[in-house]
Amino acid sequence: MISTPISQINSYIAFFLLIFLVVALARLPILTVLRRSLIEIPFILFAFLMPFFGSGESYELLGLTFYREGLLAGGAIVAKGTLGVLGAIVLSGSTTARGILLGLERLKLPPLMVNIASFMLRYINVVTDEMERMRVARASRGFEPQGIRDWKILASAAATLFIRSYERGERVHLAMLSRGFNGQMPKMELHEHHPPLWFAFLLPVGALASASLDRWVF
Amino acid sequence: MHIPDGFINLPVSLIFIALSALGVLACLKGARAQLDDKTAPLAGLVTVFIFAVQMINFPVAAGTSGHLLGGVLAAVLVGPYAATLSITIVLILQALLFADGGLTAVGLNLFNLSLVGVWGGYAIFLLARRFLPKKKSSIPIACLVAAFIQVPLAASGFVLQYAIGAESTIPVATVATAMISTHILIGIGEALITALTVSAVLASRSDLVFGWRQIAPQLKIGAKS
Repeated sequence: MISTPISQINSYIAFFLLIFLVVALARLPILTVLRRSLIEIPFILFAFLMPFFGSGESYELLGLTFYREGLLAGGAIVAKGTLGVLGAIVLSGSTTARGILLGLERLKLPPLMVNIASFMLRYINVVTDEMERMRVARASRGFEPQGIRDWKILASAAATLFIRSYERGERVHLAMLSRGFNGQMPKMELHEHHPPLWFAFLLPVGALASASLDRWVF
Repeated sequence: MHIPDGFINLPVSLIFIALSALGVLACLKGARAQLDDKTAPLAGLVTVFIFAVQMINFPVAAGTSGHLLGGVLAAVLVGPYAATLSITIVLILQALLFADGGLTAVGLNLFNLSLVGVWGGYAIFLLARRFLPKKKSSIPIACLVAAFIQVPLAASGFVLQYAIGAESTIPVATVATAMISTHILIGIGEALITALTVSAVLASRSDLVFGWRQIAPQLKIGAKS
C-alpha cells in the first residue's frame, strides 16, 4: 500500500474502504479507533505546511499560493500515514499481545528478542502500577508538579522505579532458576478462538488487488 | 511520536531496516556476552522501565510538559548493548501495539533512537568521563553532556533520512534548522532529567550504574597492619 503513487487516487479510496470494512468485521469500536489515531497529529501538521513549499504549477487561493507538487506530497503523507496508523490499530485491537509475540517469533525475530519482549509485556502492568502508586504517594503528600523546580523529585522517582525494576528482574531470574530454568524458554502456544484464516488475508490481498486493478485495468 | 509510514520513501526505509537489523544483531551478541542467562528477565524489566519512564510527564511551563527519551539514561545504567535491545523492543512494540511509528518506518526510527541515540550518546559519555576526575560526582555531569548532545544527534539522523528519501517538498535546509533547533531545546530537558535520575540512582545503588561500575574503585577489606 505504501508504495502506491498518490496519483492513483482510486486505490487510496479503496484502501480506506477496506480498512474500515475490516474494522467493522473485527467489531472494533469506531470511536476508540479514531481516538487512538490522534497520535499522528504532529506529522499531519507538517503535511499541512507542505503545499506552501515547492516549485512549478501553483494555485492562488485567498491570497495564498499553493503548489501542486507540495499539495500532492502533503496529501500522500496524510493518506499513507493514516493508513499505517489504522492498520496498526486494527492489528493491536484484534490480536492479543501474546498473539503478536508468537507472530514475531514465526517471523524469525531472534529468540532472545522475543523473550525480552515477552518479559516486558508480562511485567508492564506491574511496573506501571508501581509508578502509579508512587504518584499517588507523592500526591497524597501535597506534591503538585508545576515546573522545572520539581524535576528533582520526579527524577528521583524515576531512579527509584529503575532500582525496583532492576531488583525485580534479579528476583524473577532467581525464581526461574529455582524452578529449573536452563536458559531455554518453554514454547509459547496460543489457546484462543481463531477467526477464520481468510479474514487475516482480507486486508493485504484486498489492498494488492485493488491497487493492481487500478493500475492495469483503468 | 515517531516517523509514520509513507513519510520517507520505501527504498530508503528498507535500507534503514537492513542497517538497523545488522546493528541490533551485533548488540544481541554483545549483550549475551555481558549478561549471560540473566539477559532475558533483566533486559525485559529494564525495557519495561524505559517504557514506563517515558510516561512520566515533566512539567516545563504554562501547561506544557515533556517526557524522557532515555537513550543515554539506559546506556549509562545498563550498558549500551542492553540499552539498544531495550529501546529496540520499546519501539517495535510501540509501532505494533500503539500505532506510534509506522511499520515500514521501523528501521528509520530504530536507526535514529536505538543506534545513533544510544551509541552516539554513550560515546560522548565515555569521552566526557575521560576528561572529568574519577569521582562519583563526575558521572551525572558526563550524563548531562551526553544526553544534551544525543537528542539533536538523533534528530540529525532523521534529517539525513529526510535528505535522501523524503516524499515532500519542504527544503531539507528548512527541515534541518527546524528539527535541530527544537531538539536542542528538548536536549536541555533530557540532559537535566537524565543527570538528576542517574545521580539519584548513584546515591542509593551505585553498584547498578554501568557507567560508574567500570571505573569505581575496588573496595579493599582487611585489617590494618
